[in-house]
Amino acid sequence: MPGISYKSISQITGPLLFVEKVGNAAYNELVEISTPDGTTRTGQVLDTSKGLAVVQVFGPTSGMDIGKTRVKFSGSTARITVSDEMLGRIFNGLGEPSDGGPSLISKERVEIVGNAINPYSREEPSEFIETGISTIDGMNTLVRGQKLPIFSGSGLAHNMLAAQIARQAKVLGKGENFAVIFGAMGITSEEANFFINEFRNTGALSRAVLFLNLSSDPSMERIMLPKVALTTAEYLAYEREMHILVILSDMTNYCEALREISSAREEVPGRRGYPGYMYTDLSTIYERAGKIRGKNGSITQIPILTMPGDDITHPIPDLTGYITEGQTVLSRDLQRKGIYPGIDVLPSLSRLMNQGIGKGRTREDHRGTADQLYSAYANGKDLRSLSAIVGEEALGASDRLYLKFADEFESRFVKQGVYEDRSIETTLDLGWELLSILPQSEMKRVKKEFIDKYGKWRKE
Amino acid sequence: MGKVARVSGPVVIAEDLEGVRMYDVVRVGELGLVGEVIRIAGKNVTIQVYEDTSGIRPGEAVENVGKPLSVELGPGLLKSIYDGIQRPLDIIREKSGDFIRRGFSATPLNESAKWEFKTVAAKGDQVSEGQIIGEVQETSLITHKVMVPYGVSGKIESIKNGEFTVNDVVAVIKTASGTADVKLKQEWPVRVARRVMGKLPPTIPLITGQRVIDTFFPVAKGGTVAVPGPFGSGKTVVQHQLSKWADSDIVVYVGCGERGNEMTEILTTFPELLDPKSGKPLMERTVLIANTSNMPVAAREASIYTGITIAEYYRDMGYDVALMADSTSRWAEALREISGRLEEMPGEEGYPAYLGRRVSEFYERSGNAKVVSNEERYGSVTIVGAVSPPGGDVSEPVSQNTLRVTRVFWALDSSLASRRHFPSINWLNSYSLYQGELEKWFEDNVSKGWGAAYSEAMAILQKEAELQEVVQLVGYDALPEKEKAVLDIARMIREDFLQQSAFDEVDSYCSPAKQFGMLNAIMEMGRLQNDALERGATMEQLSSLPVREKISRMKETKEEDVEKFFSGLLEEIREQLKTAGAEMVGA
Repeated sequence: MPGISYKSISQITGPLLFVEKVGNAAYNELVEISTPDGTTRTGQVLDTSKGLAVVQVFGPTSGMDIGKTRVKFSGSTARITVSDEMLGRIFNGLGEPSDGGPSLISKERVEIVGNAINPYSREEPSEFIETGISTIDGMNTLVRGQKLPIFSGSGLAHNMLAAQIARQAKVLGKGENFAVIFGAMGITSEEANFFINEFRNTGALSRAVLFLNLSSDPSMERIMLPKVALTTAEYLAYEREMHILVILSDMTNYCEALREISSAREEVPGRRGYPGYMYTDLSTIYERAGKIRGKNGSITQIPILTMPGDDITHPIPDLTGYITEGQTVLSRDLQRKGIYPGIDVLPSLSRLMNQGIGKGRTREDHRGTADQLYSAYANGKDLRSLSAIVGEEALGASDRLYLKFADEFESRFVKQGVYEDRSIETTLDLGWELLSILPQSEMKRVKKEFIDKYGKWRKE
Repeated sequence: MGKVARVSGPVVIAEDLEGVRMYDVVRVGELGLVGEVIRIAGKNVTIQVYEDTSGIRPGEAVENVGKPLSVELGPGLLKSIYDGIQRPLDIIREKSGDFIRRGFSATPLNESAKWEFKTVAAKGDQVSEGQIIGEVQETSLITHKVMVPYGVSGKIESIKNGEFTVNDVVAVIKTASGTADVKLKQEWPVRVARRVMGKLPPTIPLITGQRVIDTFFPVAKGGTVAVPGPFGSGKTVVQHQLSKWADSDIVVYVGCGERGNEMTEILTTFPELLDPKSGKPLMERTVLIANTSNMPVAAREASIYTGITIAEYYRDMGYDVALMADSTSRWAEALREISGRLEEMPGEEGYPAYLGRRVSEFYERSGNAKVVSNEERYGSVTIVGAVSPPGGDVSEPVSQNTLRVTRVFWALDSSLASRRHFPSINWLNSYSLYQGELEKWFEDNVSKGWGAAYSEAMAILQKEAELQEVVQLVGYDALPEKEKAVLDIARMIREDFLQQSAFDEVDSYCSPAKQFGMLNAIMEMGRLQNDALERGATMEQLSSLPVREKISRMKETKEEDVEKFFSGLLEEIREQLKTAGAEMVGA
């Protein structure tokens, strides 16, 4: 029963407490656990039947015993306090302030497990977000309300890229209410400091809400964090009409925590030990991105994940890719060549690109130019591996031009400075300039009129 | 009235639920969450709940609705968007806001809308089950046939024209055991296939307007297709293209555990797109079922059945129906998740041992059928099921079980997708077992040369794959001219024929006549090029022929210009190659 404390724990295994003689606990109800030494922790009901509740503890179970430890049922599922005052503040994974500032005072207490957006209420995302990064804007365009993860690997420049996107992202011709929510799951304090400093130095901190769960913090809080962060995002987006960019780093740590807890619950494991419901679980995070008809705000998500062993077929990137609207893939090869941001455009994709580009949004030739760059670069890369076997001399004349194109594409189009903010026109013009390395007759993906209008071939 | 005894995720155990039968629908807890009975053990009844169970406590009431999970069938289905258990999402939005509140219920069909009912049978007629007794113009494209419900036959006691709601009685039939009321609406349990008199071999292709599909890997009306592919390979675009352009009468699109924004895309684009045949908005023939990935997992399991039952209902009226299921893997995962909660013994990769049976049962509901009626009437259900194999590896159980029962396989390939070759259907791995049967239709209705052009093109693509391996070793320049020509024509087939842009206004749909024109032109080019080589020309010389430019732009030809354009093109090819050859000989 809500409000009553029980001392009837009968068993403690891993993070689970079995509490007996409980009057009907609710599924997913939040509980407060007080140990004999006076510390309190939070937990959640995992399984409830008459007289027995299985409670999952958030955090360590050290110091808990049978007999003296008290469990108090709150009567409600997990909720957090939300308000405008959250901007500029830092919280832990449960939404409690961790920057030493005052606690939040607000009447708005919302459940963190949000109901699904009615697909009928969604508005198709179509507003182009200019990130100033050529490979994203030109070839894998981000739009407002999209979820576009960065697939990275250990040691690659994903954090720098995410910070650059957060710094430069803008919607052309509009000065609207914009805020960043940053959710850090299991990252090191060094990485966290990088982001905090980055936000502070660019003055973005006052327009940001940070949720930090460092690698030393409890796994269960890591699982709560994205839900807490997105609940905040939904409040700011749909109640306060702000455009929110949510950066979640690192989803791999989140999934590891999910696996850890699943195995503690003794659930049947799926692929590589990850729980079978991981797809559903991830979708309840990613699908909270979007736009709602008739509301002015939006939630755009950039989750970051490091692919274990750079393997894109690993369950974490695999399931993520099936849910998100594309992916931006970082390449170790490009990074080795000293190219920042080392975005490999070939496996990268933005599913919502078509809605956000073209006449009136970016430029009329955008689709065709991007396709042409894609196929030319893909061809160039194929020839590069071929020439490694048979030698460049065995290639035809036009093939050698493709090789040259691929090299220049990497060193001029992909590569750019950390503080270099290219407009979409610059990006597309650069694309045309590179395409002019190739014969004009190879331009099969672009309309003739655009070749005449934007092409940079010397007129004969 | 029973009580909740235990809650664990979407699985609830109730007790003291009297008279409950397997697969009955129940309402759980104070919120009245919808659930289905999946196990009965003594006093304990296991229920799979279609909504999130947070906050449910032991002791809360469980009510037995007393019937299995059913859908309502009647006018008003078209243009609707439902969740996995046929709750209308537009009404839910109106009443409960932008987020789906739990325990919400609404009738699937609009009960207050009036439909103009026209009789086609008269008082005193002897009618039997499945027979059409009246019609309702459901949308500007589709006439809804009102059929005598299954199990009813007798003499019509009364029937009248007029405006009725779905709940009004439009006819009364005197049967052997009493009278039966016929309404515009009927109900049908989703897990039971609607009966047919018999299934016939499929002989007519489903024209999709997609070149790689119609020409190379066609599907028959009433056929089954598996579309496996890793993420980003364009499964959803293929499904969208088919639901836009396929020449079926009705399209049922089931978004099963996929993205919310994809459903929004359909909702925003379909009303604007016009059917190439009738010029009416495509939405007028479409039913959408949207159970996105973040919506409750048990309802995802049901969504596939809800969709197929609606498809069968329209088939029974005599329509050709195409059902798109995107993605059946998510449905299988829902099965796995629920099976895991029930602590069943897992089969391969944690999927339940009955996965294969469920998959084949589902695909078996497709077919070209003679429907139940004393009038001769035929209809078909074509199923196109997307499969999302983990890591793109089709050796996993869902793909394998699907491939065992489907007759067409469109293998989507991520390496094609990454070079933006769309639709990324791999021409070497894919197959269609209908190819032979349908060839005759194409030869009778499009062109005599259809079969020959297909075989020739496939042979060239096959040869290209072999030659590519040689090129990897010795380089392109070392190949003899004849083989260079094969690579050249294969490249034309790939780039100028197989690639098709879903987003280009003209190229999005390509009629069979245009498809043939395009392939035929390339084949003609190949033949004449070979002749020219015989005469001593080289590929380097031939590669600068001006007609190539025209071939690479033949996709842009508008449908109304097809005939003129292609006869002109053939002439130009012949002309240029003739002179090209002659020059060489002269030189």
